[in-house]
Amino acid sequence: MKKDIILKAENISKQYRLGQVGTGTLSHDVNRWWHEIRGKENPYLKIGETNDRSTKGTSEYVWAIQDINFEVERGEVLGIIGKNGAGKSTLLKILSKVTAPTTGSIKSRGRIASLLEVGTGFHGEMTGRENIFLNGAILGMTKKEIASKLDEIIDFSGCERYIDTPVKRYSSGMTVRLAFAVAAFLEPEILVIDEVLAVGDAEFQKKAIGKMQDISKGQGRTVLFVSHNMAAVKSLCHRGIVLENGKVKFDGNIEHAVSYYLSGDSEIVNQKIFGSDHETEEFKLEKISINSQGKTIYDPLSENNVIELNTTIILKNQLNKNYHLTYHLYNEMGEALFSFSNGNEEYALNYGKNELVCIFPASFFQSGQYFLSLFFVKDRREAIFIENDIMSFTIVDGSRDLGVYMGREPGYIKPKFEWTIKNN
Amino acid sequence: MNNNTEDWLFEITPKNKFFSLNLKEVWQYRDLLFLFVKRDVITVYKQTVLGPLWYLIQPLFTSITFTIIFNNVAGIDTGSIPPFLFNLAGITVWNYFTACLNGTSDTFKSNAGIFGKVYFPRIITPLSVVLSNLIKFGIQFLIFIAFYIFYYFQGSDLKLNVLVMFFPLLIIIMGILGLGLGMIISSMVTKYRDFIYLVGFGIQLLMYLSAVMYPINLIKAKLPAYGWIVEYNPLAYIIETSRYLLLGFGEISVFGLIYTTVLTFAISVLGILVFNKTEKSFIDTV
Repeated sequence: MKKDIILKAENISKQYRLGQVGTGTLSHDVNRWWHEIRGKENPYLKIGETNDRSTKGTSEYVWAIQDINFEVERGEVLGIIGKNGAGKSTLLKILSKVTAPTTGSIKSRGRIASLLEVGTGFHGEMTGRENIFLNGAILGMTKKEIASKLDEIIDFSGCERYIDTPVKRYSSGMTVRLAFAVAAFLEPEILVIDEVLAVGDAEFQKKAIGKMQDISKGQGRTVLFVSHNMAAVKSLCHRGIVLENGKVKFDGNIEHAVSYYLSGDSEIVNQKIFGSDHETEEFKLEKISINSQGKTIYDPLSENNVIELNTTIILKNQLNKNYHLTYHLYNEMGEALFSFSNGNEEYALNYGKNELVCIFPASFFQSGQYFLSLFFVKDRREAIFIENDIMSFTIVDGSRDLGVYMGREPGYIKPKFEWTIKNN
Repeated sequence: MNNNTEDWLFEITPKNKFFSLNLKEVWQYRDLLFLFVKRDVITVYKQTVLGPLWYLIQPLFTSITFTIIFNNVAGIDTGSIPPFLFNLAGITVWNYFTACLNGTSDTFKSNAGIFGKVYFPRIITPLSVVLSNLIKFGIQFLIFIAFYIFYYFQGSDLKLNVLVMFFPLLIIIMGILGLGLGMIISSMVTKYRDFIYLVGFGIQLLMYLSAVMYPINLIKAKLPAYGWIVEYNPLAYIIETSRYLLLGFGEISVFGLIYTTVLTFAISVLGILVFNKTEKSFIDTV
C-alpha cells in the first residue's frame, strides 16, 4: 500500500539577520531590490552560517533552519525535539503560516491549526463566553461550530462559574484552561502543538494529554508535537525528528530519537572495549557494556526495562586468589549513589575468561545520566585497579500510561519494595 | 489512496503571487471579522462612566471650538448654513477617515503578538477596524441628524439634496481610502518605525488641506497660488461633496469625484499588494 502523505516539507530554510536591524537595512533592501529587478539572485542568500548560538560567526545572516525535509503520514503523531535554539519554533512558525520560509516549500493535504501558545487573542474586558467565540474564530472555527460545542468547551475548561465574568478577573491557570479547552475542540486535519503541557496543574495536564491522545488515536488526526518533556513525547508520538543547529539530525522511531537527543551525539556509547592499558600481569579487562534485556547495546536504555551490565574480564593468575569487582555508581552531579559488587563466593571469578552480568530490575533507575567507577579488588582488601568514570550511561524516560504524571520523580533510583497491607 | 503530486490542498512557499487577495479565505473567516468588530465596539469604553457618550462628546466639542475660532474669530463665511452644523458635517466625515487610518496604520505592530502565534488572513484586522469605525461613525452621524432637525425647526435655510442617497457611497469611498492608505503605512511601519510619527502629525496637517472647516472655493479665492494642493486632495472632494449633499452648501465637482474614485481604487490595490507582501514575513522584522 502506498503511504498516505498528508504533509510534505521540501528543503525548507529560513534565514534571519542577526544583531540590530537598523540603519543597515535600507541599503540592503535597496541592493536586494536592485538585484531582483535585474533578475538576479538575492545577494544575501548566499552568505549565512548554520545556526549555532554559542559560537560567534562572521556573517550577520544565519540560517535558523536549513534544508529540512520530511513527510508526515495521515494519522501519524510526530514529535519534534531539539535543544533551545535548534529551530523548532521557527519550523512550527513556518508550518502554521505565521512566517514564510526563505526557500523551499511545504505541501499539505489538510488544514493546519496550531496551538503555539494558548491564550492568544484573549481580551481581558470580555467575558469567558465571549472570549471562547473570539478565540475559536481566531483559530479558524466558525461561529456555528463553536456554538455547537460551547457546552463541551465550558465543561472541559472547568470554569463554568466564571464564564460570564471578564477574563481579566481570571487567575492565570483559569485563563490557560479556558484557552486550551477552545483549542482542544478544534477540528483541523493537522494539529501543531507546542509545549502546552508546561502549564496547568497535574489534574489539567492529565486532561490535556488524554485529549491529545483522543485527537490522534481516536479521531485519526495528524499531530505535530513539540515538547521538552520526553515522557510526554514518548507516550504520544510514533516518530521523532531531532533538530540540531537548524538541521534534521535524526528521523525515525521515537525511542531512538529521544535517546539520540539525550545522548547529544550520533553514537550511543553503551559499550567500551579496552586495550592493553587495561591489562596487568594478573588480569585483563576486555569489555564493559550495558543494555536493556533482550535488546542490543545500540538501543536506548529505558527506565522501565530490565537493564544488564556486562563485564568481561580475563584472569591470568592461576593461584587461587580471591578476586572480585566493585562498581560505584554516581549521578550526573558526581554524587555517589551506592556501590555494588560480586563479592560473594557464588559469583567468584575464575581463571580464564569471565563474563559477569549484573541485572538491575525494571523501573529501578530514574531517567538521567549515570557514571560508573570500577574497583578490581584482591582478597577483599586491596584494590589492585581503580578507574573513575570508566563507563557512563543514560537512562531515558519510558513511555507511560496516558493520563499519568509525566514529570520526573525526585531522586535517582526508585526501587520496588515489598509492601504488606491489612484490611480490617 | 491518492498520492499524486498534484492534489495538495495548499502549499506554503517563500513568495506570494504578485497579487493575491484570497477572498474565499476571507469569507471563511467572516465570523472572525464580526467578532473583531464586536470586540472593538464593546470594549472601547468599558470601565468608563460616560461610555459610548464619548463617541459624541469629541465631535461636538471640536465643532464648537472650530466655530469659535474659524467662524467667529477668523470669519469664514458659511452662507445661510449655521457654522456649527457646517463644521459638524465636515468633522463627522473627517473623523471617520482619521479613525480608519489611525486604526489600520499600526495593524502589524499592535497585533504582532497574535500574528506571531496563529494564522488567519491578516486583512481581517484592518477590515474590522474600518467596519467598527463605521458603527462609530453611524453614532456620530445620529447626533448630526439631531442638530440638523434642531436647526431646521429653528428656521435655517437647509436644503437636503435628492442626491443624498449617494452619501453612503461617499462614506464607503472614504473608508476604502483610509483602509488603503492604512495598509500601505502599516506595512512600512513594520520595518521603519518613522512612519508612526509621520502619521501622528501628518493627519493633523492633512486636516487643514482637506477643506474640513472651510469650503474649497474659499481657498481657491484667497490663496490662488496654493489652492491646487487642496484641489488634488481627494479627501477635500469627499468632504465638500458630503456638505453639498447634506446641507446644500458648496458645489459638486464631477471631475473631482471621478478623480477621487480612481485614486481610491489605485491606492487600495497598492495597499493590498504591499500588505500581502508584508504579511508573509513581517514577523521577522517587526
